[in-house]
Amino acid sequence: MTATHTLTAQDLTLGYGERTVIEGLDLAVPAGAITAIVGANASGKSTLLRSMSRLLAPRAGQVLLDGRAVHRMPAKELARTLGLLPQSPLAPEGITVADLVGRGRHPHQGIFSRWSREDDAAVAAALEATQTTELAERAVDELSGGQRQRVWIAMALAQQTDLLLLDEPTTFLDVSHQIEVLDLLTDLNRRRGTTIVMVLHDLNLAARYADHLVALESGRIHAAGDPSAVLTEDCVRAVFGLDSRVIVDPVSGKPLMLPIGRHHAEAPVPAEA
Amino acid sequence: MTALLPAPAADVDAVARNRVRRASRRRVVVTVLAVLVVVTFVTTLMVGRTFYPLGDVVRVVLGERVPGASFTVGRLRLPRGVLAVVAGLCFGLGGVTFQTMLRNPLASPDVIGISSGASAAAVVGIVIFSLDGTAVSTIAVAAALGVAVLIYGLAFKGGVAGTRLILIGIGVGAMLTSVINYVLTKAGQWDYQEALRWLTGSLNGTTWTAVLPALVALLVLAPVLLGQAKNLSALQLGDDAAAALGVRVERTRLIAIVTAVGLVAFATAACGPIAFVSFLAGPIAARIVGPHGSLLVPAALVGALLVLVADLVGQFAFDTRFPVGVVTGVLGAPYLIYLIIRTNRAGGSL
Repeated sequence: MTATHTLTAQDLTLGYGERTVIEGLDLAVPAGAITAIVGANASGKSTLLRSMSRLLAPRAGQVLLDGRAVHRMPAKELARTLGLLPQSPLAPEGITVADLVGRGRHPHQGIFSRWSREDDAAVAAALEATQTTELAERAVDELSGGQRQRVWIAMALAQQTDLLLLDEPTTFLDVSHQIEVLDLLTDLNRRRGTTIVMVLHDLNLAARYADHLVALESGRIHAAGDPSAVLTEDCVRAVFGLDSRVIVDPVSGKPLMLPIGRHHAEAPVPAEA
Repeated sequence: MTALLPAPAADVDAVARNRVRRASRRRVVVTVLAVLVVVTFVTTLMVGRTFYPLGDVVRVVLGERVPGASFTVGRLRLPRGVLAVVAGLCFGLGGVTFQTMLRNPLASPDVIGISSGASAAAVVGIVIFSLDGTAVSTIAVAAALGVAVLIYGLAFKGGVAGTRLILIGIGVGAMLTSVINYVLTKAGQWDYQEALRWLTGSLNGTTWTAVLPALVALLVLAPVLLGQAKNLSALQLGDDAAAALGVRVERTRLIAIVTAVGLVAFATAACGPIAFVSFLAGPIAARIVGPHGSLLVPAALVGALLVLVADLVGQFAFDTRFPVGVVTGVLGAPYLIYLIIRTNRAGGSL
């Protein structure tokens, strides 16, 4: 099992240029659980994730990993504990799966150090976990979207971090591949105890797969906690400005949000609160 | 540390085997390239108006006095050959660094105006201020860095997009080329050969004084750049992905830009911007070694080989002697057109 790490944001203020995206945010990521961050476009989800993995320096406040400010930790040391899969990483032309997954070993290697058995074992284990062993010698360009996403996750796994942050890992995937990726992340979490934080667009999938749901509303946390407590009709209205019904998902027992637009809504639209 | 379920030993072996196969293929290619560079270099010392056998050439290089050969080989051919190798290595390294960093084969320093900056400064220094040697190198390097900063600044708009930087660079390069043209018309007594040196690059009349600054630059800057090889490879995955792997992105970029610009500028100050060598070396190296591992060393060797072979062709293949840059220009231009057509077909914005 893995060591438990605490990842917290304290009074965090983030922005780009003149624009402030997140102001005075406090967040504690539960160790060994799956946390999903949801919110409308431009609510600051990706910005928060980038800052938690030190890609964006805070204007004020700090992100603490085991009590240490991540922005003051040596880059490689942090990268051995906390991994991030950004929204659209680029695969160099013609690179093979095994080679790309091997790039995940970067933080474990020195400038001129040679590959060790440990590096090979980490790559093999990452390929195995993502069921991409058969694809190892194929070029990444030739793969389908779902396979490619599994390869990127394999790269993050080869990094062997106890915390894994993912920015919209299911975007551009069809529904079966979305489920495949989320199942894989759940396996990782349950079997290896990896703490997972992911930004998700799909509220219902977020509610189903997350142990801890964080709803962001223009740079502030509107609600955070158990999905059943967080995903409510009021929350959807506040965060997305959308009327909805929330029922119990007959498949998972988790909350299921049904949006109500101006058309095709037979049920009476609730009056404005 | 997370213990993933360990993979079966057979799978680990397979991963190791494939990695070793890729690495050894790469080693073979690099060795072959290095041997070709040495062989071509020695050939340039042997052939010319008078042919000197290998034995004579080796004796001259070792410092012995050989009648005739000591002057022709030692004074004329050796500095020329050494500069061909040094400049080729510098151009190859500088070009592939920019291409890797900006993830675009069009982003080489000779396409985006950095070489023109060095050239223009060198011409202004020589023609207007009558400078020579180290002074010319110094202002060439300063100008190249200045142009790099200018292009970067003009292209910066909440982050630098590769395409915008390339277009601005091509524009700046065109302006600098007209500066070179203007200054050369002011220098009435300058002959055609000398003009071509600063427009396309030439090794004619190379002396040790010209070689030395470029050689020192290569010995100092190349190791610094090679130290960043792994970080540069990680940057190919995108800035965020590289940072997530523990790469200090801005620091890597700064070191890479300064060293690559320095290498190109010192080489340009010595022999002019030998056309398209920076631009061609990286893509050719990528074609030969494949996408695995850093391209720095293979591209440097391809650069040296390109300059050596082009200089031999320019000197001996035709009735007239052409400067090396004319030959590389003839090779490079079609490739540039091909790249532009290909990106157009792919619906790219360039």
